[in-house]
Amino acid sequence: MASTDFSRTVSTPAQHHSFERSGAFFAKLHLDLVLFVLILLLSATGLLMLYSGSGQEMGLVKRQAIHFGIGLVAMIIAAQIPPRVYQLVAPWALAFGTLLLVGVLVAGVGAKGAQRWLDLPGPLPRFQPSELVKLALPLAVAWFMAKRPVPPRFRDLLQALVIIMLPTVLILKQPDLGTSILISTSGLLVLFFAGMSWWLIGGMIALVAAMAPVMWFFVMHAYQKQRVLTFLNPESDPLGTGWNIIQSKTAIGSGGVHGKGYLQGTQSQLEFLPESHTDFIIAVLAEELGLIGFCLLLTLYALIILRCLYIASRCETLFGRLLSGSMSVTFFIYVFVNIGMVSGILPVVGVPLPLVSYGGTSVVSLLLGFGLIMSMYTHRQRK
Amino acid sequence: MWEQSIRDKSYERRLFRARAIAAAVIVLVALSCLVWRMTYLQVALHDKYADLSENNRVQIRPIAPNRGLIYDRNGVLLAENIPAYSLTLVPERIDDLDATLAFLDELVGISERDLEQFERRRSYRRRPYDPVVLRQRLSEDEIAAIMVNRFYLPGVDVEAQLIRHYPQGEAFAHVLGYVGRINQKDQERIEGDEDSQRRYSATSHIGKTGVERRYESLLHGEVGYEKVETNARGRLLRTLERENPSPGNDLTLHLDSRLQLLAAEQLQGRRGAVVAIEVETGGILTLYSNPGFDPNAFVTGISYADYEALTGDPDKPLYDRATRGVYPPASTLKPFVGLAALEAGATSWKYTIRDIGWYQLENDERFYRDWKREGHGKVDLKEAMVQSCDTYFYDIAVKTGIDGISPFLAQFGFGRDMSADVISAISGILPDRDWKRNSGRGPWYPGDTVNLGIGQGYMSVTPLQLATATAVLANRGRWQVPRLLAAENDERVVLDHGDIPDIVLKDPGDWDRMFQSMKEVITGRHGTARSLLRNLQFPIAGKTGTAQVVGIEQDAEYDSEALQERLRDHAWFMAFAPIDKPQIAIAVIVENGESSGRTAAPIAQSLINQYLGGAEG
Repeated sequence: MASTDFSRTVSTPAQHHSFERSGAFFAKLHLDLVLFVLILLLSATGLLMLYSGSGQEMGLVKRQAIHFGIGLVAMIIAAQIPPRVYQLVAPWALAFGTLLLVGVLVAGVGAKGAQRWLDLPGPLPRFQPSELVKLALPLAVAWFMAKRPVPPRFRDLLQALVIIMLPTVLILKQPDLGTSILISTSGLLVLFFAGMSWWLIGGMIALVAAMAPVMWFFVMHAYQKQRVLTFLNPESDPLGTGWNIIQSKTAIGSGGVHGKGYLQGTQSQLEFLPESHTDFIIAVLAEELGLIGFCLLLTLYALIILRCLYIASRCETLFGRLLSGSMSVTFFIYVFVNIGMVSGILPVVGVPLPLVSYGGTSVVSLLLGFGLIMSMYTHRQRK
Repeated sequence: MWEQSIRDKSYERRLFRARAIAAAVIVLVALSCLVWRMTYLQVALHDKYADLSENNRVQIRPIAPNRGLIYDRNGVLLAENIPAYSLTLVPERIDDLDATLAFLDELVGISERDLEQFERRRSYRRRPYDPVVLRQRLSEDEIAAIMVNRFYLPGVDVEAQLIRHYPQGEAFAHVLGYVGRINQKDQERIEGDEDSQRRYSATSHIGKTGVERRYESLLHGEVGYEKVETNARGRLLRTLERENPSPGNDLTLHLDSRLQLLAAEQLQGRRGAVVAIEVETGGILTLYSNPGFDPNAFVTGISYADYEALTGDPDKPLYDRATRGVYPPASTLKPFVGLAALEAGATSWKYTIRDIGWYQLENDERFYRDWKREGHGKVDLKEAMVQSCDTYFYDIAVKTGIDGISPFLAQFGFGRDMSADVISAISGILPDRDWKRNSGRGPWYPGDTVNLGIGQGYMSVTPLQLATATAVLANRGRWQVPRLLAAENDERVVLDHGDIPDIVLKDPGDWDRMFQSMKEVITGRHGTARSLLRNLQFPIAGKTGTAQVVGIEQDAEYDSEALQERLRDHAWFMAFAPIDKPQIAIAVIVENGESSGRTAAPIAQSLINQYLGGAEG
């Protein structure tokens, strides 16, 4: 049954046979071959750019490769677990995550004026509960909506909104505006895929637009406002907060169509570009590989997102569809916000470029997410 | 969910598929926006950002030229450039400045003074990312300590640079002046002119006083440039292009360091000044003021405490007595007053008076005393010169009148700064009727003329002015303005002294007769400088002078023993030699030196002996 799914996606008849065979093998492992290959391609590109962006620091690349290893294992494991287990765990995971968020506010460890981490006992690393909530919230909302009729009634939507708002507000309190927006969006996306009416969607967007001034005056912190101001006019503070964006635009623009060549980018190699191995790594790629390289990378992202949406639409359960759909679009939002910020069309918020920016937590949780999507797709409900 | 009907399920699927397609469309549109944005940056704005990126990478750095050297007339080096290593910080590259400073203090020691100056330099207008000096003259060990820890010290660097050094130190402090770090005021001056802004773009020091300031434009040189590739931390990676700076011109001064050092040695422990001029050229051989100071301390920046010590010193070491010290010329004015009277016909070499110890104007009760209480008896002009008879000069001054004396004295440069290139020189005061009225002192009285006759009263001169007048006298009225600069890059500098008329006497023989009487000041039986006879190697013409520090009350006993050291009279001596063909003219003042013959005259003589004989006098 799974193999028939694959035959539909394979384009060339010549490859049909071998693909079908490996497809079948992957199906047994509850993995999606196409998505798996795309992810590996993206990961390889990420490691390549990381080598350049880190100033050719092999140690960093090795550590990131280990992160990928851990992430792939996590993905494979997550894919083996049947959806109903996730469905069972979902509300408790969110409840636990929300509890931890309260813990952060009470006893969290801070950096740069924000409390985001929990110190775990013993050898365990510092833990950022918002990472758990990133997965738990769409899970919980999908669990909630899957039990309601489709399209959702207004009453159900309001209840779902309460589920979404609780952790959002807690993260906002840390304060971490970027993460709270991303997390609430992943919850709202579930409502979107559940069939929430376009009128309501339009109304919510209007409401958010109306809320913006309120946010500016009552919710946002000085450093967040500064980011927005710098975004609106980076030249106003060329050596301070505007430095990053000026240097990243310079890196991108000077790359041109063909780029300066791998490891030849002066902006990144001569350290003018800050955060060149984390949030601003796309500027390194755009400088060294040019518009062509950028379009290829973006195509890779587009293929992954479209494949995920396709997978989502073919999930057997509503829960699986809602969850996969939400996570696919959330993945897209990461890509869009990161590139938008580095290229200067969005304010600088600390969002890494998925699977390319350096960072263990981000890589592992993203791959884990893909594991979840594959689980939703590959497990058949048979009794 | 499996209790829901098949129809519901297919409705659910269709609904989801519609939403998934909508999402896919939104995603594709959004990603297209990113492509559009990147295309805009990478294609439409490519040239702009390629330029920006190139400017990031490549910097044009100005290179400071080496400052011209300064030599004396015999090729002795007076000002040179020596290598020194300084610790510099780029504050923009340092996240935690306090921590960095604390660490540097641990490594090499940073004093309060260094910090204070660092803060001051930082506050000056400068280009961002320009290094700021924290400490200068690092030792080898200190350089090593910093280099070893360089990794922990981003934005910290050790820079090698040449700094100005004055090997002769104190002896030339006033005349050469010194260079100092360009301060806010200098900066404003430089920025006023586009060309100098370019020329000084790499320069850190500028001439502040003396020759260093006067000839700044010659000494500075032309700035060079290099195109370098740097990384974002400003660290130089490689040089792409270089245009070398051209060094400033080397200057040779008329100064004779042997005489200058001799003057410094002779004035040791006293306050005073010595100025010697080459009669033929007007070249200044010696321009010395005592006490001096160490000019090298100013090059790297003097601390407030040290500066306070200099300004608070009652001997005023920063004060250049040779060019800015004004004193009554006293009896050293007598040769000039004598010539004025001869020119006016108020006296002749045969005219005599009987001096009984004082002079009185008609219808005036006031006694104008001679320095010798009992008087000199019968004296003619020559004898009045030799014995420095005040009464005789009271008499001929009154007979000549202020309107005769003042214009005549003006021809010798009194009351004007005649120097060609002595930046600190001032004009002193040559009084006349207009000057007195304009300065609010009322009309000119005959008594003022009496005082002027012996160089007292309102008149004041600087040692440089008296030496200049002496040189003009020795040159028989032919003017050569006093000058310091002799050659530029070994090429003789010809200085035009402008339209200063030479002094022509009605009877040119009066020059020689005056020289003769000045010779007898030393050789005569009653000469006031007879003390020089013991060591007389060359025929010297001279004149002593005793400038009163406080006015002596009428009929008061003049008891120098009772006066405080600083209230004692200043001792003057002016001289030139040899008499038949004068080569050197000198003015010496020893503050509170009291007896010219014992203090000032021997100094002049030792310089003359050194200059003419090459042996110390």
